[in-house]
Amino acid sequence: MTVSLFIPCFVDLMYPHVGISMVRIFERLGHKVVVPKTPACCGQPAFNTGYWDESRAIGVPMLEALKDSDAVVIASGSCGAMMSVFYPQLFAGTPHEAAAKSVAAKCHEFSSFLVNKLGVTDLGAKFPHKVTFHDGCHGLRELNNKRPPRELLANVKGLELVEMGAAETCCGFGGTFSAKFPAISTAMGDVKCASALETKADYIISCDSSCLMQIQGLADKQKKEIKTIHLAEVLAQ
Amino acid sequence: MMSAPATHFNEDARRVAPDTRHRGIIQTAMGKYEVVRDQRKLWFQDWQGARNLAARTKFESVNHLDKHLAEFTRTIEARGTKVHWASNAEQARNIILGILSDKQAKVIVKSKAMTSEEIHLNDAMEHAGYEVVESDLGEYIVQLRKEPPYHLVFPAMHLTRGEIKDLFQEKLNDAPSDDPEALTMVARRALRKKYLQADVGITGANFAIAETGMISITENEGNARLTAAVPKTMITLVGIEKILPRLEDLALFLPMLAVMGTGQALTCYNTMYGGPRQLGEADGPEEYHVVLLDNHRTTLLADAEQRDALGCIRCGACLNVCPIFRNVGGHTYGTVYGGPIGSVITPHLRGLQQWKHLSYASSLCGACTETCPVKIDLHHHLLQNRRNASALPTGKPSFFQKLAFKFFAPIANKPALWSLTTKLSRIGMKLRGLVNGSVVDPVQAWTKTRDLPPIAKQSFREWWKEHGK
Ligand code: SF4
Repeated sequence: MTVSLFIPCFVDLMYPHVGISMVRIFERLGHKVVVPKTPACCGQPAFNTGYWDESRAIGVPMLEALKDSDAVVIASGSCGAMMSVFYPQLFAGTPHEAAAKSVAAKCHEFSSFLVNKLGVTDLGAKFPHKVTFHDGCHGLRELNNKRPPRELLANVKGLELVEMGAAETCCGFGGTFSAKFPAISTAMGDVKCASALETKADYIISCDSSCLMQIQGLADKQKKEIKTIHLAEVLAQ
Repeated sequence: MMSAPATHFNEDARRVAPDTRHRGIIQTAMGKYEVVRDQRKLWFQDWQGARNLAARTKFESVNHLDKHLAEFTRTIEARGTKVHWASNAEQARNIILGILSDKQAKVIVKSKAMTSEEIHLNDAMEHAGYEVVESDLGEYIVQLRKEPPYHLVFPAMHLTRGEIKDLFQEKLNDAPSDDPEALTMVARRALRKKYLQADVGITGANFAIAETGMISITENEGNARLTAAVPKTMITLVGIEKILPRLEDLALFLPMLAVMGTGQALTCYNTMYGGPRQLGEADGPEEYHVVLLDNHRTTLLADAEQRDALGCIRCGACLNVCPIFRNVGGHTYGTVYGGPIGSVITPHLRGLQQWKHLSYASSLCGACTETCPVKIDLHHHLLQNRRNASALPTGKPSFFQKLAFKFFAPIANKPALWSLTTKLSRIGMKLRGLVNGSVVDPVQAWTKTRDLPPIAKQSFREWWKEHGK
């Protein structure tokens, strides 16, 4: 299968290893990876801020670039939700409605693509650490993605998963929310960090680099012993 | 340009969110609630099925509100109740003040009613010279503190036992200990006197049953029963959306409200009020008035996208799971209905321009929607409110937003420009590093409390160019 990999802007710039790990995993499984040249943004920031016209202007080239793909894998639960859940709403009643629906149906978040689409749960990875998992809200509640990452982690050799109490509690990132309401966002992040620390895990794993940016950013500023890593990086080990 | 409520929200949020004492009180209370709620949910054979049924029932009754309200009026008036229609807060206040003056009342006792908070009834009655006493323990406490309720269901949940003891000592000169039971007895002693003095009792309502013409009130302290039964005149102030078509609907909604509201299987007292004392009955009020309140609910009804929000049973469950509510607390919202449901409906009830900020004050995590027993699409409604707000004349994007949305996206969508941006960001990062986290840091909103990861030496796309060959 040819996998079109969509690497969101911030992953491209700040977390290239997440994308690189995904390429390596798909290639190892014998799939061809293509990276569409044009889109680096799915339009979610504009959409979430209420500027749906602007968001559509961003989304149209995206639909154009992805319309002939077999399958699109998105390196973020949040952008994944934008494209597979919100595009059809965003483009409803516009000439792009059909394209939005067809692209939406082809979009998959990374872990759910592996488990639900490819039927792969064991990648032969090794990661001898105690870890805890943070459910990104969009992956969890828009994409119903509770199970796939855990099935993948269950087959990683040496890995011990200890669930934290607040696994499903928002980390406080929320896109522009984190800059618009920094005090609330920070308090939410503190709650998350405290819950993760209780597990005494070595790493917090997630499918969302944006959540990990928030958690790691807070922990570093407060000099807390927290290390974060994206699921793809664990699975590529 | 920020509206006054937005300024209030921001200031309070900045003060309360970092307050770890406040956070601790709320986390502890909610932690206990979550445990019992989840246990009781298991008592339902099929919780998701129950939610679906509840959502359908509520949506159906909201969609045929006119029919159900007419039926309710007919059935309850048949037993001698007087039904009044109030299209806004002022009318509702005037109707109630009119009844009080007719009855030459002096002392009014009230049980919990968010609708009365909504129309600022206590202020109006006190202003007109009546003595008003809240009989729900939590409401009584916040009334003594001259504060609005903190939460839809738990008005005084932000206070510790010690604070309540001090309050009783100061205001009632009666506080033997901070034992919850002893404190309850203090309130009870003070309140019993008031029931006997009261000329009129005012209640809210949890449901209004169209079929049988009954007001259903659920409570844990028995105070609503006394409020209803002891004074000669009873008034119920109820939002028009509280209608349920059939009596049997309560078999679903009473346990559902109890489980989600407080984690109980059923609240202790579930009472139906069907009218004034009938011939041969031993107790009950001589006169019963029901005031049906619109107050912009029909505005929400006209919004096909968000009409489901009228199905809210005010269980408070969405507040309890909301990480925003849990960190900023109930008073920060500055409106009667706080938390996710408040953020959704307040712009409809009180104006989008003034209240749009509440829809942005959310990470859109969706915990509210996931928990809501009547399946209101809460967090997606926040997105719709944001879209509607951006269409207001004042909603035009700010300069920076324009920069962000008009320029950033095309850049991100053109490979050459994106690669240039990648290089420029590295330079920007070095420059910003000099002022990291300080007030002149352009991204200080982020970096004051959080580090920012560096731009990678090689971006993914730069790597891909080499790898993909
Ligand atoms: S919106 Fe739903 S969860 Fe929130 S108070 Fe209303 S019924 Fe309860």
